Amino acid sequence: MTAPITAASMALDGGVLSAGDTAPEAAFVPSRGFWGHVGHRLVRDPVAMGAGALILLVVLIAILAPWITPMDPYKGSMLRRLKHVGDATYWLGSDELGRDMISRLMLGARLSLFIGVTPVLIAFVIGSAIGILAGYVGGWLNTILMRTIDVFFAFPSVLLAIALSGALGAGIFNSIVSLTCVFVPQIARVAESVTTGIRKRDYIDAAKLSGASPLTIMRVQVLGNVVGPIFVYATSLISVSMILASGLSFLGLGVRPPEPEWGLMLNTLRTAIYANPVVAALPGVCIFIVSIAFNLFSDGLRAAMEIRQ
Amino acid sequence: MSVIPSAPDPFARDRGGPAQPLLSVSGLYKHFPVRKAGGKKQVVRAVDGVDFDVLKGETLGIVGESGCGKSTTAKLLMGLIERDSGSLLYDGQAVGERVMPWRSYRRQVQMVFQDSYASLNPRMTVEQSIAFGPKVNGVSGREAVERARALLARVGLEPKRFAGRYPHEISGGQRQRVNIARSLALEPRLVLLDEAVSALDKSVEAQVLNLLLDLKAEFGLTYIFISHDLNVVRFISDRVMVMYLGRVSEIGPSDTVLDAPAHPYTEALLASMPSLDPDNRTQAALLQGDPPNPIDPPSGCRFHPRCTLAEPICSEKEPPLDTVGPLHRVSCLARQPGSGHSAAPARALAA
Repeated sequence: MTAPITAASMALDGGVLSAGDTAPEAAFVPSRGFWGHVGHRLVRDPVAMGAGALILLVVLIAILAPWITPMDPYKGSMLRRLKHVGDATYWLGSDELGRDMISRLMLGARLSLFIGVTPVLIAFVIGSAIGILAGYVGGWLNTILMRTIDVFFAFPSVLLAIALSGALGAGIFNSIVSLTCVFVPQIARVAESVTTGIRKRDYIDAAKLSGASPLTIMRVQVLGNVVGPIFVYATSLISVSMILASGLSFLGLGVRPPEPEWGLMLNTLRTAIYANPVVAALPGVCIFIVSIAFNLFSDGLRAAMEIRQ
Repeated sequence: MSVIPSAPDPFARDRGGPAQPLLSVSGLYKHFPVRKAGGKKQVVRAVDGVDFDVLKGETLGIVGESGCGKSTTAKLLMGLIERDSGSLLYDGQAVGERVMPWRSYRRQVQMVFQDSYASLNPRMTVEQSIAFGPKVNGVSGREAVERARALLARVGLEPKRFAGRYPHEISGGQRQRVNIARSLALEPRLVLLDEAVSALDKSVEAQVLNLLLDLKAEFGLTYIFISHDLNVVRFISDRVMVMYLGRVSEIGPSDTVLDAPAHPYTEALLASMPSLDPDNRTQAALLQGDPPNPIDPPSGCRFHPRCTLAEPICSEKEPPLDTVGPLHRVSCLARQPGSGHSAAPARALAA
């Protein structure tokens, strides 16, 4: 029989490597890989980069808020209530208790982002796990998991979030829990359909033939192929989550005063809507802008990932 | 130092000696349930009683029209779908029993798929795809990568240039070489090639076929080669098995089956091959229409509605797979003496 092959011995007779379909190429080009390509395309998308920059700015403000707010966001003054936007001391006016709006909006970004993003992150992990399991294993497990999830779909997400929050009681932790429960079924549904789509591919069969356990196949072969689309969907949920979180705070089910949070600020300023409508609308404008930014970024990400498979 | 340790000696893992078939398939059945509009439960008889042996060191070609059960047979042999009944004996040991569980069987039997793109994970580099099998079988990460690189070199892809590539960055022929390398990464004895070269263009196909022949000699492999291309099957196979509607219609040495076919279906298949000689062009198609519906196959011999030799007896009696020559078995009443077919005795003598 022939001599054993080693990488070294092959290097010697490298010239014998059959020509033809191994097309000659000038030099070795390191491959960028899938995420490299996505990043490359995302950087060239001005809208997505603009939205990303805005998100980054808001995140930075949120992190640095305690040190950069121009005034104490908790200190009120009964004499200087409801100043208008453009006031010499209060650039963006003051609220119904005479607290500086710009400081409160900056500090409010912390909680708003936190209770907007955290539920989506947790739901991304849990929902992906459920969806991939249901999609890959299929059969009765799929039926049980997906029908259970369908139950959650029977309720509108706003109603579900309010009901769960109401049952658990007010507070930041409880609103995060209830929002997570709202998003897990939605993400699981997407994860399941993406996984079902690749379950019948030949490379999954090939992996089975190599003797890999289902868990290994899901982790190594399936996850890399489904995580992209699920992630895109999850980023599009962040805006929904922020709005729902604000809604919960507005209803008094989320953050409690005097903590600044955009939804709660909308609620407390509601009484001043006739006296000073511009200031009363400011927290809503913040929610709107940040939600749009997350949506645009997620759209850009989806476009960047539409690479020939 | 050898990176592919036990491969060069094909007899090291041999149990039953050269005369014992490497894989012996008997009574293989697979019916897929389908529900018709009427609510009646029906089945597609995809594989309907298939028996054959794969001898050690040979290449067994399997040919037949689309839908004849070739690919289902392949998947049954690999355990990718569960068989309804039948048994697989691997080197004398029953597959799926305690002596030969599927897990250890699969380490010795691997498969190359038709679609070179779909059979590689688009998010993994070529090297990762090849190293995956050894890794899940307990080979250390570094050793698995080393083995992947050696195999890449062996199938004609320079590791330095190709190891880090993704499937969409290389050509179809190169991808199929990667798939072949992956199938060899677990050091199998039997490789099942399911239309492995059918999607390649002719020049690349020839290179890959030659590579397959080289690898077979080097690693002492046995091939099951499924194809619809009779020229390719003639080139690579030692024996040929012809399937029709989930059954074996003829099996025997390539020269016999492809030069002097005994079954009218094989004859028709051969006659339908386009000829390069302009004076020898086929004018009329010998096979009319599509194969019958495998949900409701014809009674008796399944080929009789399309057969030129059909007689009333053919729709009544199911022809057994009988020996008509050395290693040559045919399921056709017209070739079997005493079957009741008018052409039987005379033809049998002539054969």
